[in-house]
Amino acid sequence: MRSRWTAAAAAVMAGVLSLSACGGGGDQAAQPSPGGGDAKKQVEVFSWWTGPGEADGLQAMRKIFEQQNPSYTFFDAAVAGGSGDKAKALLQSKLQADTPPDTFQGHAGAELQGYIKAGDLEELNSLYDELKLKDVFPPQLIEQISVQGKIYSVPVNIHRSNVLWFNPAVLEEAGVAGAPKTLEEFVAALEKVKAKGKIPLSVGSEWTVTHLLESVLLGSLGTDAYNALFKPGADWNSPQVTRALEQFKTILSYAGDPQDDWQPAAKQVADGEAAFNIMGDWAYGYFHNPPEGGLGKQSKTDFDWAPAPGTEGTYLWLSDSFTLPKGAKNRDGALAWLKVAASKEGQDAFNPKKGSIPARKDADQSLYTDYLADALKDWSGDKLAGSIQHGVAVNQPWLAAVNEAVGLFMGTKDVPALQKALAEAAQANAQ
Amino acid sequence: MTAVAAGRRRASTGVRIGVLVVFVVVFLIPIYVLLVTSFKPLTEADPGQAWNLPRTWTVEAWRVAWEKLAPGLWNSVLLAVPGSLLSCALGSMNGYVLSKWRFPGADLLFTLFLFGMFIPYQGVMIPLVQLLVGLNELTGLQFYGAIPGLVLAHVVYGIPICTLIFRNYYVTIPDELIEASRVDGAGMLRTYWSVVLPVSGPAIAVVIIWQFTSLWNDFLFAVFLTGPQSWPATVMLNNIAGAQATPYSQQMAAAILASVPTMLIYVLLGRFFMRGLMAGALKG
Amino acid sequence: MSRVRTWLPGLLLVAPSIVAIGVFVYGMLGWNFRLAMTDKHDEVSEGRFVGLENFISLWDQPRWHISVNHAIMFTIAFVLGALVLGWFLAFLMEKGIRGEGTFRAIYLFPMAVSFVATGIVWRWLMNSGMEERAVGFNRLFDAIGLPQWQWFRDPDWGMAAMALPAIWQMSGYVMALFLAGFRGVPEELREAARVDGCTEWGVYRHVVLPLLRPVTLSALIILGHISLKVFDLIVAVSGKQIITDVPAVFMWVAVFDSHDPAKGATIASYIVLSVAVFVIPYLIWSVRRERRS
Repeated sequence: MRSRWTAAAAAVMAGVLSLSACGGGGDQAAQPSPGGGDAKKQVEVFSWWTGPGEADGLQAMRKIFEQQNPSYTFFDAAVAGGSGDKAKALLQSKLQADTPPDTFQGHAGAELQGYIKAGDLEELNSLYDELKLKDVFPPQLIEQISVQGKIYSVPVNIHRSNVLWFNPAVLEEAGVAGAPKTLEEFVAALEKVKAKGKIPLSVGSEWTVTHLLESVLLGSLGTDAYNALFKPGADWNSPQVTRALEQFKTILSYAGDPQDDWQPAAKQVADGEAAFNIMGDWAYGYFHNPPEGGLGKQSKTDFDWAPAPGTEGTYLWLSDSFTLPKGAKNRDGALAWLKVAASKEGQDAFNPKKGSIPARKDADQSLYTDYLADALKDWSGDKLAGSIQHGVAVNQPWLAAVNEAVGLFMGTKDVPALQKALAEAAQANAQ
Repeated sequence: MTAVAAGRRRASTGVRIGVLVVFVVVFLIPIYVLLVTSFKPLTEADPGQAWNLPRTWTVEAWRVAWEKLAPGLWNSVLLAVPGSLLSCALGSMNGYVLSKWRFPGADLLFTLFLFGMFIPYQGVMIPLVQLLVGLNELTGLQFYGAIPGLVLAHVVYGIPICTLIFRNYYVTIPDELIEASRVDGAGMLRTYWSVVLPVSGPAIAVVIIWQFTSLWNDFLFAVFLTGPQSWPATVMLNNIAGAQATPYSQQMAAAILASVPTMLIYVLLGRFFMRGLMAGALKG
Repeated sequence: MSRVRTWLPGLLLVAPSIVAIGVFVYGMLGWNFRLAMTDKHDEVSEGRFVGLENFISLWDQPRWHISVNHAIMFTIAFVLGALVLGWFLAFLMEKGIRGEGTFRAIYLFPMAVSFVATGIVWRWLMNSGMEERAVGFNRLFDAIGLPQWQWFRDPDWGMAAMALPAIWQMSGYVMALFLAGFRGVPEELREAARVDGCTEWGVYRHVVLPLLRPVTLSALIILGHISLKVFDLIVAVSGKQIITDVPAVFMWVAVFDSHDPAKGATIASYIVLSVAVFVIPYLIWSVRRERRS
């Protein structure tokens, strides 16, 4: 008995030493440091795109990048989870330790403010001049992503947040003629659906309710007043905001049981259990795509869309963009990536797969069909307003405060408390 | 014993087994859902059909899951095996010294060690990353961004529990054995090697089970402290599980795949684990 | 001098661990407490010393009260649930039963699975849909005539539901601890009690249960500290929602979403302190008990 244990213990100890040695050594051998002296230099591209559609789009851009830049290899450092939550947390630790990736994904707009303030990003004005990007991106977009005249990211796509998804059959059954145009019509339609015993409005986890809030604010206040809310010194205590929040409360009272995330909520519409859902246009891919990541539904018959009530003519936008961190190991490679991300070819490869439209005005229109064709048309003519939940209008601490206020509101249904919290968040974070 | 008593005992054994079987069924419910969903095509993988058997059986999800997990599995092995063995070595030596070769203040030190179990790790990720980056610069070796740094973090934060297990276990070794060895002229290491280590089996099993599980299943340290080339299977798993549009059957197949090694360890070491617990490890 | 020679080698052997724990545990704790006492509410500012201001102002925030209440309910449900279930399973098995190894392995194995893996399943099982929209447990309950409920979305008892996956994961371990405890009770003691006229129940009450007290206590400590730090499970099942907020999730939000290092450090400090409050007495007690014996 004892001798067996001695043998086992000796084996264990020997194992510890050899394995840890070879574990460490083997690993270092297998890991050329990015941007080291290899023949092909790596470009570490950090994103949260791992799912069907988004990852395919990234791969399509990667192909173009590697064709155009034979001396670089694309190195995919994607981390999934909660619309980039985990990726952003990891990114923050990397930035603070001064070991940034070569380029990282971020929502264009205020979400980047923290990085800019901390001096983590290089400005890209010279790149914009070199590629004449100010001519191909809409001027309003350039204006909304500029910080004191400087631009820090290259938007690759545009998503729309204020989309009302609905089930035509459920609407017909409830006697609702078509997509409601105003918030008042919306409430009336919700009431009719409720009378039929269907879920009037489906919602997901708490962030989808913040998403709903931004569409209601825009629909109630109008585009200019909405955009003014995010300027320093804006008045969140105004009676107009109070009215919008009261409408929000009314609309929320028609919401079904919260689902686990946006997909199950959207699915309730597709399955005919619910009439309406307000979600970004990434829901289109989920409704429409074949089972590999979608529900395989027929557009216009199984599901349909319209601008969220009261927001017709305004594109409540958000955009995924890439940046140039200061101290990137492979700065030239990162710039080469940004050029692909900014190019017509890159955007037209990425966007049809991701289910979004390109930020550039000169995209190949034939690639964008069905919903995306509508979106492209609206994008070229609509006024712009920036999304709250998706990082355009508010910076990260502000968004965290808004989400907290909305999460608490879902429990209390206390409008004055919500308004107070929103006003405090704006006062603390607007810049 | 009378026939009535024997009969009653048999009946009570029957009842006990019955109740235990009911609990087995309850414990296996999540596993049932994982398994049946993993064999479904994507169209059937849906919470509404969680209880149903697949109408069409397919291993497609398993194929994809394997493809996506495979790059991380070897990293997980490189992480979990040396990590748990190193934890054993350190824990065993600490436990030995703190129970049998004590120095003044040993109890206080032990208490201070134990407190390390209770740190909320999410709160210290940022300084931890900075510490490891500092180590990189100091030593010229790659701690941060590679597996050695991850092993280091796990081993260090594993010291408290491993020391506790070994110490409580070694307390049950009679002091006379140590004394006898000392009288024979053996030094500390010699005594450790010839007297203590040979009887450490059960405690080693407990520590390996504990550490292997936490190393293998860890996500937080892994994603923060290493780079994509050394990400273990849990990060790959998260990348399947956390994406926006979710291929549920692939996720669940991947979840099972990623758990196979830990389950194997439990089956292989299960008996020693019980023996280790009985001998006082973790009994307090 | 000779005394020093006897204890010095031991000290040297544990020296690496002392250094490592010093840096990684106490260094980090020190960093954390210092940060918690500054006004560094964003990443760029330097941060001035403000004493306990952050510790006090946290109590003005409604979210903090919610997350503390949630943590308390979760802890009670989880610790009691895992203790009672683990004890019960061990009790059923303690006299030896056929197939014990298999039972044990099955009860233990949830510990082998991470919540990154099982989070989605629990989300499905604890889906709050009812009646015709019931899936998961609610559909099962419907089929066998049990009442349905909203699980972790229940405004009052949601956190108790959130404890279910944790109970599932840890009760096998508690079972193993108690089984080891039961087996550690010398048969002579039980026999002696029987001779003294104790009933089987009496033997349990007066002999076995008192001897299980140390096991119970260490199980309590292990479960308690898991509970106060619970994070993975909640994020995997529910995400970062107020309805299931706990201090560890709040801390994550403070550090990584609100970018408020001082607030994150303050919450971390409260978590450490709350763990310390019941761990330190236990540590003192166990060291004393050992000295006595």
